[in-house]
Amino acid sequence: MRELFKSNVAGKASRALLNASRIILSNKYILAGFIIVLVFVLMAILADFIAPYSPIEIVGPVLQPPSQKYLMGTDNLGRDVFSRTIYGSRVVLLTTAIAIALSGAIGTLLGLISGYIGGALDRVFSFIMDSIYAFPSLILAIALSVALGPSPINAAIAIAVVYIPTYFRMVRGQVLSIKNEPYIEIARALGIPSTRIVTRHILPHVGRTLMVVFSMNSADAILTEAALSFIGLTVQPPQPDWGFDLYKGRGFILTGYWWMMVFPGFCITLLAVGFALMSEGVSTVISGRKR
Amino acid sequence: MGLARYIAIRALAIIPTVLILYTLVFIVLRVLPGNPVLAAIGTKNIPEEQLKELMKELGLDKPLYQQYFEYLYNFIRGDMGQSMIIRGRSIAGDIADKLPATIELSVWSIIFSLLIGIGLGYLGARAHSRVVKTAVRLTGSILFVIFIPALGLSLQLIFSKYLGLLPIGGRLSSVGLLKPITGLYTIDALIELKPLVFIDALQHLLLPAFTLGLVISGPYIRLTMNNIEEILESKIIEAYRARGVREEKIFRHAFRHVLIPITTYTGLQFSLLMGGAVLTETTYNWPGIGTYLVDKVMYRDYTAIQAVVIIFAVIVGLTSLIVDILYALIDPRVRY
Repeated sequence: MRELFKSNVAGKASRALLNASRIILSNKYILAGFIIVLVFVLMAILADFIAPYSPIEIVGPVLQPPSQKYLMGTDNLGRDVFSRTIYGSRVVLLTTAIAIALSGAIGTLLGLISGYIGGALDRVFSFIMDSIYAFPSLILAIALSVALGPSPINAAIAIAVVYIPTYFRMVRGQVLSIKNEPYIEIARALGIPSTRIVTRHILPHVGRTLMVVFSMNSADAILTEAALSFIGLTVQPPQPDWGFDLYKGRGFILTGYWWMMVFPGFCITLLAVGFALMSEGVSTVISGRKR
Repeated sequence: MGLARYIAIRALAIIPTVLILYTLVFIVLRVLPGNPVLAAIGTKNIPEEQLKELMKELGLDKPLYQQYFEYLYNFIRGDMGQSMIIRGRSIAGDIADKLPATIELSVWSIIFSLLIGIGLGYLGARAHSRVVKTAVRLTGSILFVIFIPALGLSLQLIFSKYLGLLPIGGRLSSVGLLKPITGLYTIDALIELKPLVFIDALQHLLLPAFTLGLVISGPYIRLTMNNIEEILESKIIEAYRARGVREEKIFRHAFRHVLIPITTYTGLQFSLLMGGAVLTETTYNWPGIGTYLVDKVMYRDYTAIQAVVIIFAVIVGLTSLIVDILYALIDPRVRY
C-alpha cells in the first residue's frame, strides 16, 4: 500500500515537472525569463561556493576599481562588491518569495470566501480591498514596514498586505463566474458541504488565473522589495542587500566610484526583467489559447 | 443637470474611499504593537515619567477612538500636528512647502511618458515588420520594470558626472533665484520673466522627469499600439478605406479612439506615479513630499509619516475624481 502511494506521489511529481517544463519550453519569452530567474536563484543557493570573499568582511583596500582580484571592485569599507552582489540575491529572492506566498494564500482564501458567500460580507471585503488597491502600493508598504520595524520578514509582510487585493480581485471574479454553473448547483443540491465544494470544485479552476496574477505580480513585488531596501527598511548593515547597497553607492557618483552602484542596480533590474518576460510569455500563451 | 450631478456624485463617492484609507493608515501606525515615541527616540532607556509626558504632549495618551476622531477633525481643518523629532515644527507647513515640487515633477513626468508612450506605440502600430512590432511591445513591458533608482543613478553618472551636461540633483542652482509664487518653478520663472532661471529649472527637471516618465511610459506604449491596431481592423475604418479616405487621415481617426483608454489609464496609474515619485525624488534629492517621507522614515517620525501617507490618499482620491470628470467630458456616453 505504501509502495503504491509512493509511486503515485512520484508519478504526480514527475508529471507536474513535465508539465512545467512543457510550459517553459512552449514560449521563448517564458524560457528567457525563466533562465534569468534561475541564474539568480542558483546564485542565491550557491553563494557560499561562488563568492570569492565574505560579503561582510573587509578584504582589501577601499574603493578599488574592478580588477581580476576584485571582479566588481571594492566598496568604501574595502568589502568585495562581487561577493556582496552574489549574497545580496538571497535577501531579495527570499523576501519576495515569502511575500508572494503570503499574499497569494491570504488573497485566494479571502477571494474564495467573499465570492462564494456573497452578500454583505462580499461587499465589505470588496470595498476594503478596492481601497487598498487604489492606494499607491509602495507608500502603503513603506508605512507598514515602518510600523512593523525594519527587517526582511516585516518587509515581506508589508509587501504581502499590499498585494493581497490583486489576488483577491482575480480569485473573487473567477469564483463569481463559476459559482452558478450547473455542476456547482447540483453539488449544492446533493448536500455536499460548502467547504468541500469550494476546495474540490472551485479552487482547481482558479489555478490558471492564479498563475497569471502571480506572473504579473512577481516583477512588481521584486521592485517593491528593492524600494524598501533602498530606503533601509529591510536588512540592517553590514548585511549585503542590493537596494541598500545601491543607496549607499549613490553618495559616490560624483567622485566616480561607479562600481558600487552599477552592479546591484543592474541585478535588481535584470531580475525584474526576468519575471516580466515570464509574465509576457504567460499572457501570450493564454491569449493565444483563447483565439 | 447631467454633468453637474455626475460630478457631485463622483465627488461624494471618494469620501468613503479616503476614510477607509485613513482608517487603514491609523490602524497601521497607531494600533499595531510598538511605541512610536520609543521608536522615534531610538532608545528604551528613558524614565517612565518623561515618556508619559512626551506621549501626552503628542496626544498619544488618549484612548484610540478619541485619537482617531480628533486627528481626523484636525486634519480636515488643515492641522496635521507637529513633528515628533523637530518639536514645534508644523507638519502641514512642511507638506505645503514640499507639495508643489512633487506636483511639478509629476506633471512633467506624465508629459514625458505620454510623449514617449504614444510616440513609440504609434510607431509600433504603423510598422509593417513583425520584428519592429515585437520590439516595441517588448520595450513596453521592460521599461515598466526598470528599477527607478538604478536608472536614475546611471543617468546621473552619464549626464552629470561624465558629460557634465546636467545638474545632479535639486530644483535650482541657487535657492535665491526665485520667489515662489505657485511653487512650480518653471511657471514661477515665466511669471517673473526670468528666462535664464526658467532654463535652469528645466535643466534640473529634465533627468528626474525623464526617468520617471520613461518608466511609467511602458503601459502607454502597449495601450496605444493595441488600441490603434484594434480600431484599424474595425468596420468603421473599413468604411473609410472603401470611400477612399487617405491613410494619413485614417490614422488620425484611429488615434482619437486611443484618447479614452489613455485618460482612464492616466488616472489608474496615478498611484503608480506617486510610488515612482518617492523613488525618483530620493534618487535626485528632489525636495518634494517623497523625499520628505523617506527622510521621516529614516528618523521614525511617526506623526509626519502618518500625515504624508494620508495626504497621498487624498491625492489619489482627488485624481480619480478628476479623471472621472475628464472621462465624462471626452466621452458623452458616460453619465449617471
